[in-house]
Amino acid sequence: MLSIKNLKVSINGKKIINGFNLEVKAGEVHAIMGPNGTGKSTLASAIAGKENYVITEGSILYKGKNLFDMAPEIRSREGIFLGFQYPVEIPGVSITNFMKTAVNEHRKYKGLEPLTGSAFLKLMEEKKKVVELQAKLSNRSVNEGFSGGEKKKNEIFQMAMLEPSLAILDETDSGLDIDALRIVANGVNKLRTKDNAFIVITHYQRLLDYIIPDFVHVMYDGRIVKSGGKELAFELEEKGYDWIKKELEEKST
Amino acid sequence: METYKNLKDKILETYSVNSAFLNQTNFLTGIRDKAITHFDTLGFPHNKLEDWRHTKLTGVLENDYSICIEDSDGNVDVNKFFHCDITDLNTYTAVLLNGWFAYKNTPITKLADGTIIASLTHALKEFPEIVKKHYGKYCDIEKNAFEALNTAFALDGIFIYVPDNVIVDKPIQIISILNKKENILVQPRNLVIVGKNSQLKLVHCDDIFSHTPTLTNSLTEIFVDENASVDHYKMQNNDNHSALIATTYFHQKANSKLSSNTITLNGGFIRNNTNVAINGENCETNLYGIYLVDGNQIIDNHTFVDHIKPNSTSNEIFKGVIDNQAKAVFSGKILVRKDAQKTNAFQTNKNILLTDEATINTKPTLEIYADDVKCSHGATVGQLDHEALFYMRSRGISEDNAKMLLMYAFTDEVITKISIEPLREKICQLVNKRLKGELSICDQCVMHCGCDEAVVFNIDMSKI
Repeated sequence: MLSIKNLKVSINGKKIINGFNLEVKAGEVHAIMGPNGTGKSTLASAIAGKENYVITEGSILYKGKNLFDMAPEIRSREGIFLGFQYPVEIPGVSITNFMKTAVNEHRKYKGLEPLTGSAFLKLMEEKKKVVELQAKLSNRSVNEGFSGGEKKKNEIFQMAMLEPSLAILDETDSGLDIDALRIVANGVNKLRTKDNAFIVITHYQRLLDYIIPDFVHVMYDGRIVKSGGKELAFELEEKGYDWIKKELEEKST
Repeated sequence: METYKNLKDKILETYSVNSAFLNQTNFLTGIRDKAITHFDTLGFPHNKLEDWRHTKLTGVLENDYSICIEDSDGNVDVNKFFHCDITDLNTYTAVLLNGWFAYKNTPITKLADGTIIASLTHALKEFPEIVKKHYGKYCDIEKNAFEALNTAFALDGIFIYVPDNVIVDKPIQIISILNKKENILVQPRNLVIVGKNSQLKLVHCDDIFSHTPTLTNSLTEIFVDENASVDHYKMQNNDNHSALIATTYFHQKANSKLSSNTITLNGGFIRNNTNVAINGENCETNLYGIYLVDGNQIIDNHTFVDHIKPNSTSNEIFKGVIDNQAKAVFSGKILVRKDAQKTNAFQTNKNILLTDEATINTKPTLEIYADDVKCSHGATVGQLDHEALFYMRSRGISEDNAKMLLMYAFTDEVITKISIEPLREKICQLVNKRLKGELSICDQCVMHCGCDEAVVFNIDMSKI
C-alpha cells in the first residue's frame, strides 16, 4: 500500500528525514517510536503533503501512485488520513459543516452524489459512537475550546467518517488520560480491517497495549534504525532509547 | 482640482437658483443658508485632511451629477418593481426611492402603538415640534462638508417616531433604492426618535442599482432616549458605479442600549461615518461591522464613540475580507471625556487580505481624559491561517472551499450578533454566497441592471 524509499526531507534547509525506508501492506499496523526530534512528525506531515517540506531525495508510492504528484486534498480523497498531534482550532467552522464538506468532496471524487442532510447526520451519529463522542460536541467549532482528550477523539471521529485506507496517527496518545486513551484506541481497533493499514507514531509503549502493532520501528536521526515485532516496544519501555543509541555508536566505530 | 471646483460651483449655483424652493419650510430657512455657507467654506474633503487621508474622493467627484431638487410625488407602488427577498423577515417597510419617501397611499403611517413612520417632509408639516427638537442637533455642519451639503439640500427622507414606553412589535425596514438613468446626486435625510423605555429594531438596506455614476450623501440622526433600546442594521449591497457617503449619528441618553451592525457585501465606493454620543450613564453601545470587498471597490468605515458621561460600556468589532485590488479603510476613535469615569471601551478591527494588491489602512484611536477607565483597542491584518488551511485540506477539502470556510468563520463572530433571526440567516447565506464569489449585486435584484437594455418600470418615472 505504501512504499517509502530513501526519503530525505528538509525544512528551511535543515535535514530532518535522512534516508527513510518503510513498506506497509494492507491489514498491517506499524508503530514508529523514537526519541523527540528524530523526525517522526515530519514524516507524518510529509506523507500528508504539508507545504514547506522539501523532499530532496527518495520516493513515496501509495497504491502504486507517486504521492508527490498529489495535493493534500487529493491524498486525503485517495484514502490517506493524518491524525494530528496538535489538531488545529478553527473558530467559527462547525464540525458538522466541516465534516459535511469533507465527506461530500470525498464522494464527489469517487463519482458519488453528495449525501443528503439527513443521511449525513445519520452517518455522523453512527460514527460518533465509535469514539463515544458526546452529542453536543458536533455543534461546536472545530477543536475550539476542546480539551486535549476531546481533540484526539475528534481526530478519530473524523477518521471514522472518512474511512481511510492508510491512517497515520501522530502521537494520538499524547495528553490523554487512561480513559480517553482506551476510548481512542478502541476507536482505532473498531476501524481496523484487512484492507486498511495504520502507522501509529508514539513515544510510549502504553498505547501499544491497546493497539497491537504488527511491526515496531525505532526512528533515530531521520531514519529507521531498528525494526521488530511488538516485543520491541516492551524492550524500549524497559531500557529507554539509550541502548539503541549505544548500539548505533558501537556499529559506527 | 479643477473638476472638484466644478461640482462645488455647480452645487452652490444650484442652491442659489433654487433657494426659494428649498426654503419653503420656514423652520429650515436659516439652517439651510447656514449649511451652504459652511459647505462653501469647507469645500469637498481632500487627502490632506486626516479623516480623508486614505480615501480619495477624486474619482467620485469628477463625475457630472445632476442635483435632485424637483419636488416629488412619492405616491408609487414600490412593490411593483422591488421586493425584499428576505421572505421570512416580517417588517414594517419604508422605501426611499431616489431619496424620496415612496408610499402607496399615505405619507404618514401611524401604528396602533403610536409609532409614526413618515416622509420627513410631511412630518415637518404635521409634527414640527418633534422634528425641530432633534433635526440637525447631532450632526456637525461646521466641520463636515458632506453633512453641511446634506443639510443644505435635504428635501425628504424617513421619519420614525417611537413614543415613550413602546416596544415596536416588528422591525422597521428602510429600503433605499436608487434607480435613475442619469448621473445623480441624492441626499436623503432621516430622523429616528426612540422614546423613553421604548425598543426599536431598525433595518436599513441600501440597494443601489445604477447604470451610470451616482452619489448618495445620506445623513441619519437617531435619538435614543433614556432606558430605550435600539438595534440597528445597515445592509449595503451596492452597484459598482455607485458612491455612497452614509453618515449616522446616534445620541444615547442614560440607561439606553444601542447595537449597530454595518454589513457591506458590495459597494463601488462606500464611506460610512458612524458616530455615537453616549450622553448618559449606564449605557451599552455595541458597534459591529463586516465588509467584504473585491474588484476595485472601496470601503471606508469611520466610527466615533464619544463617552461623555460615566459608567458606560462600548464594544466595537469590525471585520473585513479584502480581495483583488479592493481598498479598505477603518478608522475608529474612542473619546473618553474627563467626566466619563468608570468607562469600559473596547475596539477591534481585524482584516484578511486575500491578495498582494488588496489594501487596508486601519487606525484605531483612543483618546482618554478620565483616569479610572478600562479601555483597549487593536487591529490585525493577516492572511488566512495556513495551519488551518492544511488541516482542512488534509481532510479532503479543496483549497478554495477551505478558504471559503475560513473566511466565513472569520465573519461569524459578527454575524452571530444579529438578533433578528431571519435576517441573520439571510445574511449568513449572502455572506456565504458572496465569499464563494457568487453574489453580485444583480443576484439581489429584480431589475436586471446588468443587461445593457434600459430598465422599464410600470411606474411613471417623471413623478419620481
